[in-house]
Amino acid sequence: MNIDKKIVDDLVANNVSFVTTVPCKQLAGVIEEVEARDEIFHIPSNKEDEGMGLCAGAFMGGKRPAIIMQNTAIGVTINTLATLTQLYRMPLPMIISYRGELREPVACQVEMAVHTKALLAQLNIPTYHFHWKDDVQEFDNILKYTFMCNKPVAILTDANFWGGYGDQ
Amino acid sequence: MIRSEILKEIAPILNPHLIVCNIGLPSQELHMIDDNERNFYMLGTMGLSSSIGFGLALAQEKPVISIDGDGSVLTNLGTLPTIANNAVGNYTLLIIDNGSYGSTGDQPTYAGMKTNLTDVARACGCENVIEVQDKDLGPVLQQAVDSDQMTIIVCKCDSGNIKLPVITLDPVVIRHRFMEAVKA
Repeated sequence: MNIDKKIVDDLVANNVSFVTTVPCKQLAGVIEEVEARDEIFHIPSNKEDEGMGLCAGAFMGGKRPAIIMQNTAIGVTINTLATLTQLYRMPLPMIISYRGELREPVACQVEMAVHTKALLAQLNIPTYHFHWKDDVQEFDNILKYTFMCNKPVAILTDANFWGGYGDQ
Repeated sequence: MIRSEILKEIAPILNPHLIVCNIGLPSQELHMIDDNERNFYMLGTMGLSSSIGFGLALAQEKPVISIDGDGSVLTNLGTLPTIANNAVGNYTLLIIDNGSYGSTGDQPTYAGMKTNLTDVARACGCENVIEVQDKDLGPVLQQAVDSDQMTIIVCKCDSGNIKLPVITLDPVVIRHRFMEAVKA
């Protein structure tokens, strides 16, 4: 199974047609797959809160959005999540590279990793953690859940899920 | 002219269109002058008016005007390259540049000092950037909305505020009626 293709297949199957991305090495393959699909409009963002603004506008324009970003972005976007996405009750699947977890080679990444789940819990954001490759089977259900409840939802994907950082 | 006087003057031009309005006093002023379902009032997230409006313009075909401020654009300066590189003809970004953070007590912004937002927008790759003085805004805005080319307008004006109440509409109501107007 190709994880990148499975994730983007599920996005397309759930009518997600507007995707913004801020890159991470672990996400390179999925971003490439998003860019390649005709069914998806891909717009790279310079910062994740900007991306969430684009997604809010796209949602109000009738599209289903998603954002692909690194977990360090949770530190950047708390205000946007609380006073835009949650305040106006908008759905937003957040496919997040969970840096600083098992098989992480860069020590600094651990410093945000230890706060990531606590911050998401404090925000009452439904959070799923993909650690094994097969965990991706849940992705389709998570997307359906997100657009059912009109909330931001976090899918944390760690290095083990991607097959090890740098040696995929 | 100060921002509330400008908004009063351009309200008939804004009225038929989808408007994403900046947080704080700009939204409160627009709400007082011409509240309608085509206005999306931002109650939080300073800086994202341009991003929200641009996402909306990309997602559907009706004209969209983002009303932004110099301070807010400085907060989210990364927005200008994104807009420039994905330009879409139904989008107009109106930056009301009074050189100050109006909603927080008129503290000066760098746009009122050495930083020229018109030059910044052009340097970011925006191809159709017009700087205009407050009293001349109306026809420029009308032309921007009517044209098939994305336009960034930097409207130079005085700083200053009027006293008015906060918006008490529920945010979900603001969003719902706005989405109905988008679909209409």
